[in-house]
Amino acid sequence: MPLVKRGRVIEDPYLRVVDDAPVPDGAAVIVPAARFLADAAELTRRSAPTGLIWPNDRKVAELAPWLDRLALIAMTFPNFRDGRAYTQARQLRERHGFRGELRATGEILRDQFLFLTRAGFDSLEVKKAADAAAFAEAVGRYSVFYQQSANGFAPVQRRRLLGAVAGGARVATGAEMAR
Amino acid sequence: MYLYDELDRTLVTERVAEFRDQVARRLSGELTEEEFRPLRLMNGVYLQLHAYMLRIAIPYGTLSSAQVRMLAQVARRYDRNFGHFTTRQNIQFHWIKLEELPQAMADLASVGLHGMQTSGNCVRNITTDQWAGAAPDEIEDPRIWAEVLRQHLTMHPEFSFLPRKFKIALTAAAHDRAAVKVHDIGLRLHRNGAGETGFEVLVGGGLGRTPFIAKTIKPFLAKRDLLSYVEAILRVYNSYGRRDNIYKARIKILVHELGAEAFAKEVEAEWRQIKDGPLALDPAVVADIAARFRYPAYERLDDSPPALAAARGSDRLFAAWLANSVANHKADGYAIVTLSLKPEAGTPGDATAEQMDAIAELADRYSFGEIRVGHEQNLVLPHVAQRDLPRLWRALDANGLATPNVGLVSDIISCPGLDYCSLANTRSIPVAQEISRRFHDRDLARDLGPLHINISGCINACGHHHVGNIGILGVEKNNEEFYQITIGGRADEAAALGTLIGPAVRYADVADVVEDIVAAYLELREDSRETFLQTVDRTGIEPFRERVYATR
Repeated sequence: MPLVKRGRVIEDPYLRVVDDAPVPDGAAVIVPAARFLADAAELTRRSAPTGLIWPNDRKVAELAPWLDRLALIAMTFPNFRDGRAYTQARQLRERHGFRGELRATGEILRDQFLFLTRAGFDSLEVKKAADAAAFAEAVGRYSVFYQQSANGFAPVQRRRLLGAVAGGARVATGAEMAR
Repeated sequence: MYLYDELDRTLVTERVAEFRDQVARRLSGELTEEEFRPLRLMNGVYLQLHAYMLRIAIPYGTLSSAQVRMLAQVARRYDRNFGHFTTRQNIQFHWIKLEELPQAMADLASVGLHGMQTSGNCVRNITTDQWAGAAPDEIEDPRIWAEVLRQHLTMHPEFSFLPRKFKIALTAAAHDRAAVKVHDIGLRLHRNGAGETGFEVLVGGGLGRTPFIAKTIKPFLAKRDLLSYVEAILRVYNSYGRRDNIYKARIKILVHELGAEAFAKEVEAEWRQIKDGPLALDPAVVADIAARFRYPAYERLDDSPPALAAARGSDRLFAAWLANSVANHKADGYAIVTLSLKPEAGTPGDATAEQMDAIAELADRYSFGEIRVGHEQNLVLPHVAQRDLPRLWRALDANGLATPNVGLVSDIISCPGLDYCSLANTRSIPVAQEISRRFHDRDLARDLGPLHINISGCINACGHHHVGNIGILGVEKNNEEFYQITIGGRADEAAALGTLIGPAVRYADVADVVEDIVAAYLELREDSRETFLQTVDRTGIEPFRERVYATR
């Protein structure tokens, strides 16, 4: 499954550790939530990056004590229609100030990319290679947004007050979005 | 009117381009129907019994004459020469080809119209009072707040994949014409003891197979907190709303299962954490949005000009229409005119392309180019000088738009039913048509007074049968159409669900049953001033049940 991180298709540097399998030293790993919570103190002392997969029906506030030592949190989208992890992503970014990698996993298709990046995800495990290749196009489709969000764009309401509308608004490009 | 600027137009144009690409991917087979489905739904495209249906949003029910002309053009060019106005300030075209959809959308986008968020599990078109800005009983124009919400909830990064659809309605008047108590969120703008205006927030109203009247979770919300509080509600719903069962996924079920108090507590806890953040409304932003609404430059006129009195005295038909379809305006010398889309034996809510062109023309001539759409599936010319009423009436009458039955027995709200809809169990439109034939006598209809009949062709309740004074719900039994009859429902500020009067009746008997109910009312009422609802409230349903089932 191709991984898109900050707009580029890359090799996944993380190793998935299942259930109780040993965690290899020096390797970047993603562990299940239960495993992480059981061994959190030890896992967050590792020198290599540690990430976890968090279920979409559990409060992200539980992770608050560990956020500054977590390199990655993977959220789950069991299907296109299940949007719980959008809320979790915003809460992690905006309320808890999580700065590490926020990864979307599961049923991830082209037409979610813009919502995902705007909710705060910066890496996506994409189902189809063609969709991954079309990332820049998919997130560059829109130059106008009505909300403040993780992509850092000023919402329309603010741009109007700044006078950005008169005399031809500077419209952001897809390339800017993808960064 | 709200004037879209370059930014609003850019967004709609970008949406059309995206949809064009999605349709191309579907037609080439790159997208399966399964994958395409949620994408088309986000743009108001349904697959119905015979064809694709396109639903277009009419935010807060306000249209310009140019927009109505474009709707007429789309009806002519891509559909079968008509459009259907719905109960949620939308218009639907029922016969559009998938290949032509992107171009139809591009045509609509050229006048700022679109189908974004008119279906799918997102926040739907924000609706309000069709008399907003003109009604004498409103404390301010609710459309400004509807627009604040519309902007914020358009393509929202967090709330575009909710457990189920989500409907918000607002009212700012003493009399609720927007049915806010049967919405997922209802907002009632009112003044508190200190003289400040703010919102009463209601949640969890809705019809469908499990109807609920909304409950108040915040009696007074300051305006600055509107977005943060609505986000808190949506966030709690997005996190905890059920996703295991489509019939239990609406917010009303969550509110019911948790209890309104516990739900309110969850919302309050979430809201406290975000209320003073970026969502706190900047008065400058609100002022900027308010400034984009344009209001008519009313002439200084007197109420009841002599020409009006003369026409009323000399023409009985005009007088009947005036008494029925014309309401007071907040500006002296002006009136609010409702255009009935319920002619005898017609399809409730349908308008032909020719009618739409005529309405646009009349709006330009008599109503500052403005047209409104209400949840009763009628149209409104909101700002008509009273002196122009006789001329306007003649033109409306010539176009079949002056049936004087607004709010009366034949002003029926109906879903499309089995004639179009793939979910329907029974026909709805032919039932409405037959009832309107039975009550074509205008004197009788006037004597009956306010009486709302609502018809749904299945349990999803798009015809809002639960809140009809007489509600008719189609159900299927052994491959035959049956109809359950309720009475006593209402959708206004005293919203209530109707009560079932007895076993379901056959298709052929529905109009007879309605006639029986009406006959019972005429016998039971204390005098001609007691309305149908007042009689039902006073007597209960028993005498109606007896009358209907005595001989069945």
